[in-house]
Amino acid sequence: MTDFCDQIFVLLAHWLVGTFPVSWRPLVSAIVSVSSIMAVFGLLFGLTTVVERKTIGRIQNRYGPNRVGLPFTELRLFGFGQFIADGIKALTKEDVVPRAADQVVHFLAPLILIVPVFLAFSVVPVGRNMVPIDIDAGVLFFFAVGAGTELAVFTAGWSSRNKYSLLGAMRAIAQMISYEVPLIISTITVVMLVGSLSTVKIVEAQADYSGQLPQWHVFTPWGFAGFVLFLIAAMAESNRSPFDLPEGESEIIAGYFIEYSGFKFAVFFLAEYLGMFAISGMAITLFLGGWTAPLAMLDWLPSWLWFFGKLMALIFLFIWVRGTVPRLRIDQLMHFAWKFMLPMALINIVAAGLWRFLPPGLGRWLVCSAILLVPYFLLGKALMGERRFAKRKYRYAE
Amino acid sequence: MTVIFAMIALVTLAGAIAAMSLRNLVHCALCLVLALGGLATLFLQLEAQFVGLAQILVYIGAVAILIVFAILLTRGSEPPQQPVVTSSWVMGAGVAVLTFGSLAAALLASWVTPAAANPKTDVAADVAVNRIGEKLMTDYVLPLEVVALLLTAALIGAVIIAMQEKGR
Repeated sequence: MTDFCDQIFVLLAHWLVGTFPVSWRPLVSAIVSVSSIMAVFGLLFGLTTVVERKTIGRIQNRYGPNRVGLPFTELRLFGFGQFIADGIKALTKEDVVPRAADQVVHFLAPLILIVPVFLAFSVVPVGRNMVPIDIDAGVLFFFAVGAGTELAVFTAGWSSRNKYSLLGAMRAIAQMISYEVPLIISTITVVMLVGSLSTVKIVEAQADYSGQLPQWHVFTPWGFAGFVLFLIAAMAESNRSPFDLPEGESEIIAGYFIEYSGFKFAVFFLAEYLGMFAISGMAITLFLGGWTAPLAMLDWLPSWLWFFGKLMALIFLFIWVRGTVPRLRIDQLMHFAWKFMLPMALINIVAAGLWRFLPPGLGRWLVCSAILLVPYFLLGKALMGERRFAKRKYRYAE
Repeated sequence: MTVIFAMIALVTLAGAIAAMSLRNLVHCALCLVLALGGLATLFLQLEAQFVGLAQILVYIGAVAILIVFAILLTRGSEPPQQPVVTSSWVMGAGVAVLTFGSLAAALLASWVTPAAANPKTDVAADVAVNRIGEKLMTDYVLPLEVVALLLTAALIGAVIIAMQEKGR
């Protein structure tokens, strides 16, 4: 029964593919994988927008959406029908294209953006035996398709023929290229220790338990540092607050998608959230044990439930950070990437190497933690310079 | 030659031709990206996962962005007025023919040919990511270190060029 629940979607897909003639099966199997990814993560996108608006509302002492229910019924569902209304609105809105815009490129930009974002899901294992394609170079594939989004952002910003959108695209590209470096270098530690670029093998390497506790990478000094670096870089890569300078409503209005309206705007919105899901899924795969349970005794729950539970937890973290941390300035953003994240990520590689070759035990923990903590404090102190933080003094008009 | 190969080759060639003949430089850069992506797909179709994905990561992720930035920072986005075909094409065609000839001659004379002519050999295992990693860390560790040194020097040079001069 446990196995059946765990593999229910795999069995369902096998049964569905089995009803077709043999020559059709590869194509049908691909269509089943693709359509399930689009349906599941599309629905998750809709639900996340409502959860985000409600959570941010809570943080800012207001209600958030709580009226719209299912269409044609009396069900209100605490406002969770909001995304259906939003979707219909986006579909039926007028699509305004500026007269000066480069028509073809302007039309293509949202498409160039959404394709790599969906492709990225194809190597993320969402459960036991549940990965669309298991290739040798899975992690490399993930980052390679991710590289396509930068070009899409430039295309959108340039083709709009708007100074704000070009500025937004420049900011976005500078930010994405800068944070891609610590993102990939923090991934290298996991690849080093597992000895494989395959996402399935990386999850399997974390699937054992020592007693009740899982052997996730995040529970080692290098893994914890790598996870934090990866998560910060992931926030910047997906242009989420506090790294949402490319949008910067107060300075450049909406950045690179300022000249997009109607459904094309919705596609940009969708791509941003799907990118966040994909990179969170990668963080879960690399550091949080993928679909494995957090305690050995909870192993009977289906593996896909654990993956999506972890995904929801990370998404909540993203929303929480968005609601509480103010936006960085562009120079702070660059300094943080090159002067702090990059050295820490490089030091983390040394720590991971030592962890591999030192004998297991307390000594290994102390050495690796010291290698990471000492530079962390020294670097932090050096970058702080002469600045000191104190409790803010408020001055009021008298 | 399969249908898939024909499709990829057609898209790659169309991208390359468009990159040479379009008037707007940013359009040319985008078409060049199409050609580079087609090349990466060709590598992937040949089971060379590492080379294909590295091609996407480096050329589409970095080189294309570099080209686009160079275009935006050096001239206006307005298309140039002079005709596309100029006298410099003769020189360019000569260089292109020479490059192609020397590359083709080198490939035809290389030791790879007999093995590649035998379709029974397991090419996929030979270009697996693990094997490439092992080779880089054992047989080719010196070239790897030299490349690392070169890139570090380039990085330091870039920082020095971009650094603010304190004296002024």
